[in-house]
Amino acid sequence: MNKISDDISKDLKDQPKFTSDIGEADQDHHIFEVEEQSTLKKIQHFLHGNPTIVPVIILILSVIGFGFIAGGKFFSAFNLSLIVQQVTIVGILAAAQTLIILTAGIDLSVAAMMVLASVFMGKLSVEMGIPTLPAIAVGLVSGVATGAFNGLLVTRLRLPPFIVTLGTWNIFFALVIFFTGSQSIRSSDIEINAPLLHFWGERINLGGFVFTYGAFLMIGIFIFLWFLLNKTAWGRHVYAIGDDKDAAELSGIRTDRMLVSIYAVAGLVVAIGAWVSIGRVGSVSPTSFYEGNLDSITAVVIGGTSLFGGRGTIIGSLFGALIVGVFSSGLSIAGLDVLWQRFALGCLIIIAVGIDQWIRKVSN
Amino acid sequence: MDQEGIKLMEPILAAKNLSKKYGKVVALENANLELYPGEVLGVIGDNGAGKSTLIKVLCGAVTPDSGEILLDGQPVSFTSPIEARTLGIETVYQNLALSPALSITDNMFLGREIRQKGFMGKFLRFLDKKAMADEARKRLSELGLLTIQNINQLIETLSGGQRQGVAVARATSFGTKLVIMDEPTAALGVKESRRVLELIGEVRARGIPIILISHNMPHVFEVADRIHVHRLGTRLCVIDPKKYEMSDAVAFMTGAKEAPKD
Repeated sequence: MNKISDDISKDLKDQPKFTSDIGEADQDHHIFEVEEQSTLKKIQHFLHGNPTIVPVIILILSVIGFGFIAGGKFFSAFNLSLIVQQVTIVGILAAAQTLIILTAGIDLSVAAMMVLASVFMGKLSVEMGIPTLPAIAVGLVSGVATGAFNGLLVTRLRLPPFIVTLGTWNIFFALVIFFTGSQSIRSSDIEINAPLLHFWGERINLGGFVFTYGAFLMIGIFIFLWFLLNKTAWGRHVYAIGDDKDAAELSGIRTDRMLVSIYAVAGLVVAIGAWVSIGRVGSVSPTSFYEGNLDSITAVVIGGTSLFGGRGTIIGSLFGALIVGVFSSGLSIAGLDVLWQRFALGCLIIIAVGIDQWIRKVSN
Repeated sequence: MDQEGIKLMEPILAAKNLSKKYGKVVALENANLELYPGEVLGVIGDNGAGKSTLIKVLCGAVTPDSGEILLDGQPVSFTSPIEARTLGIETVYQNLALSPALSITDNMFLGREIRQKGFMGKFLRFLDKKAMADEARKRLSELGLLTIQNINQLIETLSGGQRQGVAVARATSFGTKLVIMDEPTAALGVKESRRVLELIGEVRARGIPIILISHNMPHVFEVADRIHVHRLGTRLCVIDPKKYEMSDAVAFMTGAKEAPKD
């Protein structure tokens, strides 16, 4: 009897609590839609939250794969460091390209901008006798100016970045030919008149690994941009603009001003790349890096940055550039024709964008 | 608060004789609007009545051809939503204006981030992520939204109602004088709409008046203290939802019934 009444009073006590539980659960229900997830879905979500994982996995697998195919020659300290040297320029261009692509833009003119900046540096210091440092400064300013020019066209004329930079690519290239008369500035002349231009091409030997100073500079640029993108308001705004430009504007971001500054910063990075490229190539050639535009886009896309903007990491682009380098090196050591290198690269691009599309479906 | 009582107070926001033409189309003609402290003012009107132009003028997205806007009795003018916002007029847009790939915290502070103190913030311009996360958590919990566990969750992982919650929390966090909410329940299900209506009540309870634009009559009648009926580019009347039926409001709105004069 006692036990029953105890039970009843317990029930009575539980009763209101029970209903209030329902109330809370009811509220929570729409707050958290917990759904059963398949393994594939979980992978999709994981990749969505960690977009850099894909290029890292591809890089590791390709290094291991080419290790098997090409053998010890591929794994030699010399070859691995050579890969890093070879990707230095494309890596720096990719760093600049990442900034643009994060805003849902694209820059087809980066390589032409870089050659133009290197022409300024070379012309002024070697042929016009201006001290090297001011000549370099002029080159850097030209990078900022050409970048800002792209940004102004994109924001003032409301033209798609693809069209703007397709146009300026040709304009910058024409300027390069105009200033140089299609003549290269020879490496030996640079060495005599402005050796400082070769600075980033100097090598340092670390236990068999040979690195150029330029390779370290490239890494430095990536680290700097990482901080900029992740630790500052400017960086957050880059993502916000790429994600949804109208929303960013309504949130109080002056999107046009931001875009011009993003293109200008990209131009500065490209111009630093110009200095490094003189060290890497030795001479200043008006026709060099003709494919640099597309190579930089390839590195960014393989690095997991979405062409639709707002998604991706700067470090991913470094891995993307390294993947391209590993593929080129591995395939050539394995004795495959250059055409197969291109073939493999083409497949990589399509796979990378396919994976990106699939990951993006999470948000719908 | 009844109609007579409220008229003794000074309006927080008053629009006087606003006019706006698009070519030959008259969107607003001598339109007036008053928003009083602590109230929810519903704004209803048929499609094409000029309701959305009125709201765009008030939030700074459209500049009127003539007329003036008084904020706390002072004439103000702004040419962009950003300017309106710095004056304390916050708008929760129908599409919410959130960046889906950024976190809740990033979104709440978008465009007004907190920087670290000292050298790191001043010269390196580093963000104070912890301070922002703490503040965001505080704001959300004030609005009864702390069921969102992780303040650094991305917006795209939230449900429609939660996103609305973040947008409202953002709109009410920065010295806000009033909030304009444009169709806040249009894209939501029944339960989520309910939550948003509660949210409107919570914002009002904190003393921030709201202009609520909605097509949903039951929602407007449920939360609004007064209802502004817009017709043919101007204010037709302001009604007390306790004294009129929804069918009356629809009749005024469409011109089927003579508007009450008061």
